[in-house]
Formats: sequence, structure tokens, C-alpha cells
Amino acid sequence: MNWVAIIVFVILFGLVTIVGFMAAHWRRGDLDLLNEWGLAGRRFGTVITWFLLGGDLYTAYTFVAVPALVFGAGAIGFFAVPYTIMIYPLVFLILPRMWSVAHRHNYITASDFILGRYGNRSLALAVAVTGIVATMPYIALQLLGLQVVIGAMGIGTSGGLAGDLPLIIAFVILAAFTYTSGLRAPAMIAIIKDTLIYITVLAMVIVIPIELGGYGKLFSAIPANKLILPSPTGNSLGLYSAYATLALGSAFALFLYPHSVTGVLSSSSRHVIRRNAAYLNAYSLMLGLLALTGFMALAMGIDKMPEFAPQFAQYKANFAVPALILHAFPDWFAGVAFAAIGIGALVPAAIMSIAAANLFTRNIYLPFIRPDCTPRQEAQNAKIVSLVVKLGALVFIIFLPLQYAIQLQLLGGVWISQIIPAVILGLYTRWLNPWALMAGWLAGLITGTVMVASTGFQSATYALPLGALIVPGYAALYSLVVNFAVAIVLSAVLNPVAGTRGSDETAPGDYHFEPAPAAEAPTPVSATA
Amino acid sequence: MACRPRPGDPKVRMNGNTDSNSRKPLSRWWRWLLVLPFIALLWVPFYNSVEPTLGGFPFFYWYQLLWLPITSALIIFLYYWSE
Repeated sequence: MNWVAIIVFVILFGLVTIVGFMAAHWRRGDLDLLNEWGLAGRRFGTVITWFLLGGDLYTAYTFVAVPALVFGAGAIGFFAVPYTIMIYPLVFLILPRMWSVAHRHNYITASDFILGRYGNRSLALAVAVTGIVATMPYIALQLLGLQVVIGAMGIGTSGGLAGDLPLIIAFVILAAFTYTSGLRAPAMIAIIKDTLIYITVLAMVIVIPIELGGYGKLFSAIPANKLILPSPTGNSLGLYSAYATLALGSAFALFLYPHSVTGVLSSSSRHVIRRNAAYLNAYSLMLGLLALTGFMALAMGIDKMPEFAPQFAQYKANFAVPALILHAFPDWFAGVAFAAIGIGALVPAAIMSIAAANLFTRNIYLPFIRPDCTPRQEAQNAKIVSLVVKLGALVFIIFLPLQYAIQLQLLGGVWISQIIPAVILGLYTRWLNPWALMAGWLAGLITGTVMVASTGFQSATYALPLGALIVPGYAALYSLVVNFAVAIVLSAVLNPVAGTRGSDETAPGDYHFEPAPAAEAPTPVSATA
Repeated sequence: MACRPRPGDPKVRMNGNTDSNSRKPLSRWWRWLLVLPFIALLWVPFYNSVEPTLGGFPFFYWYQLLWLPITSALIIFLYYWSE
């Protein structure tokens, strides 16, 4: 057991717990209303949104898994960088429309928007269920990030329920402050978490290369087949098409995850989103640098060091970064770094459970189970659902093989992509028929799942034969093409049929709606000059 | 950093009113600039090489990292000059 690291970790965790409960009083609102509990009253400005979305999208699992992929598979793991670059032009162009229409009609989830836009309860339900199902394994993987750093401090490697105790304690803390403070808690904690993460990553990318003799030496220690993508051979496009489609498909999918939608809708104006499209890139830079720590672990041969053998046996490549931290830093700083990753798990886990709770309450409970419930009962239900969702994730990670969570998260990315035609195109046009979108969604789900199943659920890249050429690519993107094709063809067929098009409560102007321009309209000359 | 259009800037036409909310925005066509990062990053053969290195970083890595500030700059440009 590494007592120094554990003490630092516990102190920082305690600090975050206090902040989490204090957050209920921050920018005070009536937390018995879903708009306040689940979206913090839509009042977050540029800076808070930057921290919140940063803490939300660049999760603890990302911080463990991306370097682990680079460590294990090499350059392909760097796809996270083009992926998180290409997101932001999409955010800049598309999401202000979503913010406006949601603000105009008090939509809290993407499924709310679908119901308003298409007047079709089945399609809204499909979008809600997809969001919840895709989010659950994601929460479980956040707890994995936590588990790995707890293991790195020498706790829980023996296995058994005692080993899981720290994870359960962390979970109870998370559940309690999410319940009382709602979205305000992760927003406030994100500020601490991101500060710690930036410090940790900067320290790693400065200190460790010095030990290795500079970046030149670091890269020259990496075998050629990992340093860059191996050139395609034969009639296959190999990793080239896999790399590009993984980056593009992931970029399309990320902002459809319920937790991203929650983060975006909690901002106070369109301008906040548009500015953050430029500034959130700072996190991508950090992620890029962090990805390189996978190479640092590889260059040092960290998995060959006998002191880390038991943890590597348990956590595999996911232990690369924690081992590197233990090897390169004094114990107290390892405590800081592990706290950064651990708290980094709490923030997205909280937002994800809130988002899933919003979806369940707004789009399943309210319309299908208790149509007569009051706003207070609605918020109360969401709080309880957020507990259930987290408990599910905890049970998942403790009792089921880890591989299931990873595979489900892989599938989750494929599934969530299938709501792109309804949600994203829906922001621009009403031409697509809701029943056609439903059929496209189903076709995409089936195609994507079959593709991933054909790899034995090991990989989300599918080797698509195109004539004589084999194009390995991200199954989410391929199944999305099927989805689009079905949606477009069936729309052309169904639109002339009376009664299939549904209703639309939104007006074209709603997509540019901007309330009270004086409140948030920027005066950037004084702000940034 | 000047974040507001200057009257002398040929790209920006001020309609005789200093109120920033009523100036004419840039043409929507400028948004097509945002296609650049997609072209630059999706064509993998273009950057999948070790040489030329920069500060020890193989081309593959520094080229992609370079597109972070470029993309940010494009978005900042469009944000402050177009709406």
C-alpha cells in the first residue's frame, strides 16, 4: 500500500465531496424542478461550460484507455486527436441550433426535441432508449478508471469485496452529491478536476521525456509498426481507412450522447457554445499529449518492471499510465495524479447519470407511465433514477467481467450514432418522415450490431468488401450509411401517405432563437482585448 | 486582440452603424473554411510518415496536433467576424 499517495488522494477526494454538496447553494435555484436539478437552470457561462464540457467529454476512461491503446496498438490510438479536432466545427455549426430550439420550447433532452419536431412518440422513445442504453456502459467504464487508480495505490489487488470497498465508498459519495445538487455538482467539481488533470499531464510530458533523454529518443525507441500506421498491403486499405472512419464516426457520435446534450443545453446562450467550439480544443491538445504517454510507457518497458506485474496482470494495458505515474513521480504527486483521474471519473459519471435520468423521466416515465405527475414529482423521479442508473453501473463493474463493459461501450457508440439522422438532420429539415427515420434507426442498429458481432465483439472496425477492395472502417459510420439510405428512400415513399408525417411544433425562427440579447450578448472588446 | 470587425477591413461592411449587433455579417460561404480540417485529417496517406520530424516528433504527430490551433483559429475567425 502506498500510504502517502492514499492520504493525498483521500484529502482531495474529501475536498471534492464538500464542494459537491456546497454546489447545491451555487446560483441558487429550486432544485425540485427538473430544469434546475438536471440543467442547472441553463445558466452556465463560457468559462463554466468550458470546464463542464471538458470534464464531461474527456473522461477518466479516456485518460486511461487512450494511452493504453497507444501503448498496446501504437499510432492507431492517436485517432482520438483528429476525432476531437473534427468535433468542434460540427459543434460550432450544429449545436447552437439545438440550443435555441431547446431553449425556446424548454426541451431538456434530445428525445424532447424529437417529440416536438416530429410529433411521433415511438421515434422519441427510440431516441430516449438508445441514449440510456449507450450511456450505461459508459458510466461503468468511468468506475473502471476509478478502480484502476485505486488498484495503483495498492488497494484491492487481492480481490474480493474488501477490494471493492473504496470503489463503493466513492460511488456513495458520487450518488449523494448528485442527488442533492444535480448538475451544479459536477460543474463545480469539474473546475478542480480539470486543474488537477492539466497539472498532471503537463508534469508527465515534461518530466518523463527528460528521464528518457528527450522526445527524439522517446520516439526512436518505438518499433516502426507502432510509430506510424503500417502501410496497407494487398487489396485492403488496412489501418488507413480504419483510422479516418474511427475519427469521423466518433466525432459525429459524441455530441449525441445524452451527457453531451445535457452539457450543451445547460449553457446560458448560443454564444457560449460557439465560443467553446474554439476553446475546448485545449482539452484535445492535452489528450494528444496524454496519448503520447502510452509511448513513454512503451519506451520504458513499464510492463516488464517486476513491481507492477500483479496490477498489469489484473488491468492489462489500462495500467500503463498509472504505472508510469508511480514510476516517474514521488508518492505525494502520484496521489495528486490519481486523484485527478479518480475525480475525473466522478464528473462524467455524475453528468451521465443525470442525463440518463432526465431521459428516463422526461421521455419514458412521464409520457408512458405517469402522464399526470407534477413538475416536483418529475424532478424527484429523476433524482431516484440517477441513483438506480449509478447502482446499475456499480453492479456491472463489480460482478461482471470487465470485457462486457468495454464491448457494450463499443456497441454503445455504434448505437448512439443511429439517432444522427433524426436529431441532426431534424435540426435543419423536416422532410424526413418520422416512420422512415424509425425504420432507418432499426436498420442501422441491426447492421451495426451484426458488424460488431462478426468481430466477436472485439472491435468496432468492420472489414467492408467493396468490389475487390476491402475497406476496414468504423461500424458506426457504415451502419449510419444504411440508416440514412433507408430513411431517405422510405421518406420518399411514405411522405405522400396521409397521416404519416406527424406534427411539428417548432418554427424556422426557433432554431436561431436568442432570448434577451443584453444578458449574454458578448462585449468581447472589453472582455478579451 | 481585436475581436470586432474594423471599418477598414475590406471583408467587413459596416452599415454606417457602430452598434455591433446590426453590422452585416460575413457571407455564409466563409463557413466552408471549416471543411479544411476534415480534408487535412481524413486523408491519412498525406501525413502518415516519420519525416520531417519537428523537435523529435514524427510528422504524423506534430502535423495532427498542428491542426488543433488551426481549427480553433478558423472557428474564432468565423465567430467574431460572421455573427
